[in-house]
Amino acid sequence: MDSSVNLAKPAPGSSSAAAETFLSVRDLMVHFPTSDGVVKSVNGLSFDLKAGETLGIVGESGSGKSVSSMAIMGLHYGTGAKISGEIVLEGTDLLQLTPDEMRRKRGQDVAMIFQDPLSAMHPYYTVGNQIMEAYRVHNDVSKAEAKRRAIEMLDRVGIPNPDRRVNDYPHQFSGGMRQRAMIAMGLINNPGLLIADEPTTALDVTVQAQILDLLQDLQREFNSAIIIITHDLGVVAEMADDVLVMYAGRAVEHGPCKEILTHPEMPYTWGLLSSVPDVTGDTDARLIPIPGNPPSLLNPPSGCAFHPRCIHRDKVPGDLCRTTMPDLVPGQRGAHHTKRCHLANSDAIYQNEVLPEIAPDLADELPEEQR
Amino acid sequence: MFAFLVRRVFAGVVMVIVMSLVTFVLFFASPVDIAAYACGKNCSPAIKEQTRKALGYDDPTLVQWKDFMGGIVKGRVYPNDPELREAAPQLVTKCDAPCFGYSQLNLKTVNEEISEALPVTASLAVFALILWLIGGVALGSIAALTKGSFLDRGLVGISLVFYAFPTFFIGLLLLKFVSIKWGLWDTPVYTPIAEGGVGKWLYNLFLPSLTLAVVFMAAYVRMTRAFVLEAMSEDYIRTAHSKGLSRGRVLRKHTLRAALTPLVTMAGLDFAGLMGGAIITEFVFNFNGLGKLVVEANRTYDLPTIIGVVILAASFVIIMNIIVDVLYAVIDPRVRLG
Repeated sequence: MDSSVNLAKPAPGSSSAAAETFLSVRDLMVHFPTSDGVVKSVNGLSFDLKAGETLGIVGESGSGKSVSSMAIMGLHYGTGAKISGEIVLEGTDLLQLTPDEMRRKRGQDVAMIFQDPLSAMHPYYTVGNQIMEAYRVHNDVSKAEAKRRAIEMLDRVGIPNPDRRVNDYPHQFSGGMRQRAMIAMGLINNPGLLIADEPTTALDVTVQAQILDLLQDLQREFNSAIIIITHDLGVVAEMADDVLVMYAGRAVEHGPCKEILTHPEMPYTWGLLSSVPDVTGDTDARLIPIPGNPPSLLNPPSGCAFHPRCIHRDKVPGDLCRTTMPDLVPGQRGAHHTKRCHLANSDAIYQNEVLPEIAPDLADELPEEQR
Repeated sequence: MFAFLVRRVFAGVVMVIVMSLVTFVLFFASPVDIAAYACGKNCSPAIKEQTRKALGYDDPTLVQWKDFMGGIVKGRVYPNDPELREAAPQLVTKCDAPCFGYSQLNLKTVNEEISEALPVTASLAVFALILWLIGGVALGSIAALTKGSFLDRGLVGISLVFYAFPTFFIGLLLLKFVSIKWGLWDTPVYTPIAEGGVGKWLYNLFLPSLTLAVVFMAAYVRMTRAFVLEAMSEDYIRTAHSKGLSRGRVLRKHTLRAALTPLVTMAGLDFAGLMGGAIITEFVFNFNGLGKLVVEANRTYDLPTIIGVVILAASFVIIMNIIVDVLYAVIDPRVRLG
C-alpha cells in the first residue's frame, strides 16, 4: 500500500507542531433536561491532547465517557442537551460553530468509530457505498474516484480482496472486518482526531489485538490524535499515552498511562484495576468487584460521588467524603498526576493494602523495583 | 429465487383449489334450499326440481365442483343438463376456458361479471393505495421529525380520530357535504377511461378513493411515525451523522430506507385485501365493483358468482404475498429467498 496517497493531505498539526496541544477541552458540561430534572451526564471535564497521542478515557457505563465524545463530535445537536465549556480543536472552539459548520468538520476533522460495527453500519447499503459516502460528502469527486479511494482504504486496513469486498454488505463481513471497514470509513478523510468508542468491546480477543495494532499503525502513519473510550484497562495499557478516569460525569484521576496503572491514587481506579482478570497472574489473586452501582446522575451523592461505594472512606478524617467534593488536584506523585480524592496517603494504601490482594506476586516484587 | 417462485406459485395454486372446494361445501351445507328460493312463491315440487336442474344444483356437491374445475381448464356449456340444452337451444351459453361459471340469476358468465366489476374495484384500490401511502408516509415522517411538538400531537390525534371513524361514515360525510351541500365535487359515478378519458375517470374516483384512503392513512401515519422514530435511534443513523452528512440526506437515504421497509409488507397485504372488493365504499358511492357484486350474490344465493369472486380475491392475496416476499429480498440484502 503506498502511503503517498494517504498522506496527500498532511495530518493537521503534524511534525513541526506535534508538541502543541491539538485538542483542548475545558470545563465541558453536558446536561440533559428531563421531566424528572437535569441529568448531569458530563460535569466539568477538562483535558488536553496532542497530535499523534492517545488519550484513554475509562469508567463504568454511564460515567459520561460516550456523552463527552459525542459532544466533541457535535452529535448532541437536536437532542435538547445543554452543552457548555470549550472544546478547542486546532484553535477553533467547536461549541461556537453553527450546526452546519460543525457538520462540515464531522468526518473531516473529527471522526468516530463505534462499539458494535454491525449495528453501526447500515444493513441495506454496501460497505463500499457507505465508505464512499463518507468521502464524497467532504470531497467533490466522482463516484469512480471515491470508489477507488474506498478500495484503497479497505486495502490499507487489511481487508483481503478489497476490490471485491467493497461491493459486499456489512452482514457478509466478519466482526473484525466490519470494524476494519469502520476504521477505513473513519480515516478516509484523514481526520486529525479519531474517537474510538469501545472499538474492541464487541470483538473476539484475537481480533481485538489486531484492531488495536491497526489503530496504532494508522496513528503513526497519519499522526492523528486518538481518544479511546473503554472500560478495558488492558486496551488502555496497550494504546494510551494518557489516561482519564471518569466517574459520575467527572474526571476523578488523570495522568500518564504508566503512572496511573502502576500508582493509582483514587479508590475508584483501584476498583477498576481489581476487576481486571489477569491471564498470566497468579490464581490466588482475587477479582474484587466494586460494590454497589453507578450513581444516579439526576441526584448524585453529596460530597465525593464515589463515597457510597468507597471502602476506604473511613480513612479520611471527619465526614469530608460525604460533605465535600474533592477537587481534581495533583496527588503525592507530582503535578502530572491529578486525582479527585481526600485520601492523604493513597499511594501507600494502594501498595500495602490493595495490591497484595489483587496481585500478590506483583506486590512482592514492587518494593525493590519501584521504591 | 426461481425455485422459491416455483414453490410459492405451486403452493398458491393448491391453496386456491382448496379454497374453491371449501366454498362449495360451505355453500351446500347452508340450510337454505336454493332451488326453492329461486323458484319463488307458487312453487310445486315438480317445478322446484325443474329449477334445481336448470340451475345445475341437482348433482352431488363433489360432482359439481369437479365440473367447475373442468370448466376452468377446458371451458363448458350451460345449462349443464343435456336434456335442457336440447329443449331450449336458444338459452344455451358457451363459456370458454378459463370458465368460472355462469350465473343463472344475472344471465351472464361469471367471467363477464368479473370483467365488469374488477376495473372498478382495481381503480379504487390503486388510487386509494397511492393516496394513503403518500399521505401516510409524509405525515408520519413529519410527526416523527417533530416528535413531541404540537404538530406531532395534532397529527397523531387526528389520525386516531379518523382511524376510529367507520368507512361508511366518512363516505357519507364526503357525499353529503362535499358533493351535495357545498357542491364542490360532482357526485361520483364510475366512468371507465374508454368512456370519459383519464381525467373524468380520476375525477369520479377521487371521493371514493379518498374515503378508502383516509382510514388506511390514519393507520399508516401512526405506523410510519413509529418506524421512523425507531430507525432514528439506530446506531447506523448516528454513524451517518458522524460522517458529516446533512440532516436531510441522513433522513432520505438512511432513515426512511430503513423505516419504510416494514410498510411494504403492510401496504401489499392491505392492497390485496382491497382488491377483493371495497364493499362499504362501493355501496356508499354505488360503484359496481367486486365487493358489491359478491354481496348481492350472497343475498341471492348465486353460487357461481360467489365462487368466482372468492377465487379471485384469494388469488390476489396469494399473489401479493409472493410479490411482497420478493420485494423484501430486493430491499433488504440480508433476506435470502429459499
